[in-house]
Amino acid sequence: MLGNQAVARGCYEAGVKVATAYPGTPSTEITEYISQYSEIYCEWAPNEKVALEVAIGAAIYGKRAICSMKHVGLNVAADPLFTVSYTGVNGGLLIAVADDPGMHSSQNEQDTRNIAKAAKVPVLEPADSQECIDFVKKGFEISEKYDTPVILRLTTRVSHSQSVVEESSREEIAYEYKKDIKKYVMMPAMARKRHEIVEKRLNDLKEFAEKTELNRIEKGESDLAFITAGIAYQYVKEAYPDAWVLKLGMVYPLPERLIKDFCSKFEKVYIVEELDPFLEENIKAMGIRNAVGKEIFKMTGEYSPSFIRSAVEKMQVEPHYRLNEELAPRLPILCPGCPHRGIFYVLSKIKDIIITGDIGCYTLGALSPFNAMDTCICMGASVGMAHGISKASDKKAKAVAVIGDSTFVHSGITGLIDAVYNKSDILLLILDNSTTGMTGHQDHPATGYTIRGEETFKLDLVSLCKTVGCSVVEEINPYNINENIKKISTLIDMPGVKVLIVKAPCRLHRRYKYVLSKRYIDKNKCKNCKLCLSLGCPAISLKDVPTIDQNLCLACGMCESICRFGAINSVKE
Amino acid sequence: MKENLNILIVGVGGQGNILLSKIIGEVFLNVGYDVKISEVHGMAQRGGSVVTYVKAGTKVFSPLIDKAEADYIIAFEKLEALRWIEYLKKEGILIYSDYEIPPMTVITGAYKYPDVDKIVKELGVKFYKIDIPSLLTKIGNSRVQNTIMLGVFSRLIGIEESFFKKAIENNVKPEFVEINLKAFAMGRNVDLGEV
Repeated sequence: MLGNQAVARGCYEAGVKVATAYPGTPSTEITEYISQYSEIYCEWAPNEKVALEVAIGAAIYGKRAICSMKHVGLNVAADPLFTVSYTGVNGGLLIAVADDPGMHSSQNEQDTRNIAKAAKVPVLEPADSQECIDFVKKGFEISEKYDTPVILRLTTRVSHSQSVVEESSREEIAYEYKKDIKKYVMMPAMARKRHEIVEKRLNDLKEFAEKTELNRIEKGESDLAFITAGIAYQYVKEAYPDAWVLKLGMVYPLPERLIKDFCSKFEKVYIVEELDPFLEENIKAMGIRNAVGKEIFKMTGEYSPSFIRSAVEKMQVEPHYRLNEELAPRLPILCPGCPHRGIFYVLSKIKDIIITGDIGCYTLGALSPFNAMDTCICMGASVGMAHGISKASDKKAKAVAVIGDSTFVHSGITGLIDAVYNKSDILLLILDNSTTGMTGHQDHPATGYTIRGEETFKLDLVSLCKTVGCSVVEEINPYNINENIKKISTLIDMPGVKVLIVKAPCRLHRRYKYVLSKRYIDKNKCKNCKLCLSLGCPAISLKDVPTIDQNLCLACGMCESICRFGAINSVKE
Repeated sequence: MKENLNILIVGVGGQGNILLSKIIGEVFLNVGYDVKISEVHGMAQRGGSVVTYVKAGTKVFSPLIDKAEADYIIAFEKLEALRWIEYLKKEGILIYSDYEIPPMTVITGAYKYPDVDKIVKELGVKFYKIDIPSLLTKIGNSRVQNTIMLGVFSRLIGIEESFFKKAIENNVKPEFVEINLKAFAMGRNVDLGEV
């Protein structure tokens, strides 16, 4: 079972009543799998802050609730997190946060444990799918016993690895809701008292950490000793099956006596953890002097068993088959037929513009052959940044913001309100492909469907943008390339906040059907000008002349519309 | 049966790595191995180079496979077969599809697409090259390359055919079971010379 699926299973078995999330790799599947359990109410929220607030409401009401997100989502949800730490819960509250060492699908490599410590919230870290189930259940018990939210920290290789699990049945759990303003209304007088309770709770949790079976010593048969947690534990076990291991299932707060006692038995103890030296700094702060960590293990990227061996023994694993030449890199690329291709082709043809980008498939517009994006920072940043560029340049810079529909709803709307309120001169392109694309087609408020595919009110982006006061709001079709070059060029030079909603569903989405008519290139008409190659379509490659791979073509027709010699035509059925 | 088996499935995002890893993982589980599979989702899947790891053994810890540790590499694309070749054990076997998808760096002319067949021979790797394009044309469905490759793999690995068929039925949507079983049979019947 996939790690994320196991988290979902654990929630089902633990009697969870409410599950919320905004999709984000590598956490998305937790909530998708939960949606298969009819006993649990679940939803996609517009962003992680709202998602956590919904879960907090459910927990305070007395039911078990989970909120799932990727690491950067916790930044968005940090505001409620830091204060729900003060109020505590009623029914258990688990926040599943998936970090992404190696940045397979993220814009940074931040380490959730640091935020958890700052918020004074305990953290459990499972190392495989069985532990995902077990730690979810344990997490809810800790949450209720110690009256605290609990973070379940995952990493990509736990979330997206499959391993064997045992399932059990569901237990329903509910507590009575009691109004208690001293506990749940955080204003200074109440919060001061709650802060003292939080500090006492941390001390109680430290005691709990000393005796819980979440932290265990595995006896070894050599003099090598490791302290580790999560996926790094698996790498250590594979690299050194005979070593002594203190495996921490609870990585915050730490069991000081257990760790000191373990370290006193060995000459040297290796601390193995991906990303920041979180365990290491806390352990060294205990006054332990024989711990070795980031002196030999890297701070960036993922680990592996051979990496650990090479760091400990200072030797490299040599491959048997070695290549002499450098291979062509294969970076991610917009899919064949992708509607974003049309807009980035257009933007690449317009000179002297600054394009602020955002988080989604369309971030790939920054890469060759388009090179049509200047920045990408975080969800929703494109809008505010374009506004900032326009103001800083005294309106000289032509700032264009590009954002997806799901990202716009997540956190672009407030940026747009700011731009209008402060009389900006920007063009905003909302690439509306009617889904959350990159994470694998999740619905959101502007698709008109819930997580379970039920129809619901569909947020109308056109009337929304008009309501907040944009001077121009129009819908365009990204496949009309020649028309769009003219339209966008004209709008860029107009004053005010202009919005174009670029509307065409994701070509891969099952909900939207197309009349498929694949294209081919007529070799007799082709002049080999290679203009079609500048679309960066994976289906078109250069043999003697450009050729379209019929297995890959998704029949969008963009290549046909830009060919100047009429050489690209529909395949006759 | 071997004590440990490490299988690397490589290709281009969207070619069906994950489904194939699930099927192989289920087969290994049903013949009595402990199994771990590691997949890649999200950004990397958008036409990038992707790898899925399947590990089987009496007890598997790390879900990753390191360099020089793979018993088999199943490659859905020729350039990707080369990219991961350092992960093959000395006595490991490469099964690769005779199918080229030029990456953007080749289309833009920054790099050349290498002569994969020549390099694989020069390296002295034990390999099976499968003529996937013509098999796909013959079967009339462009999305079953993964189950054709599974058919080839099933003959080399020496696990009974019925385990694979059952795993296909369990992991493929009902409406696609028939075509995938047909593709699997096609893969099993590919002439591999001496196996």
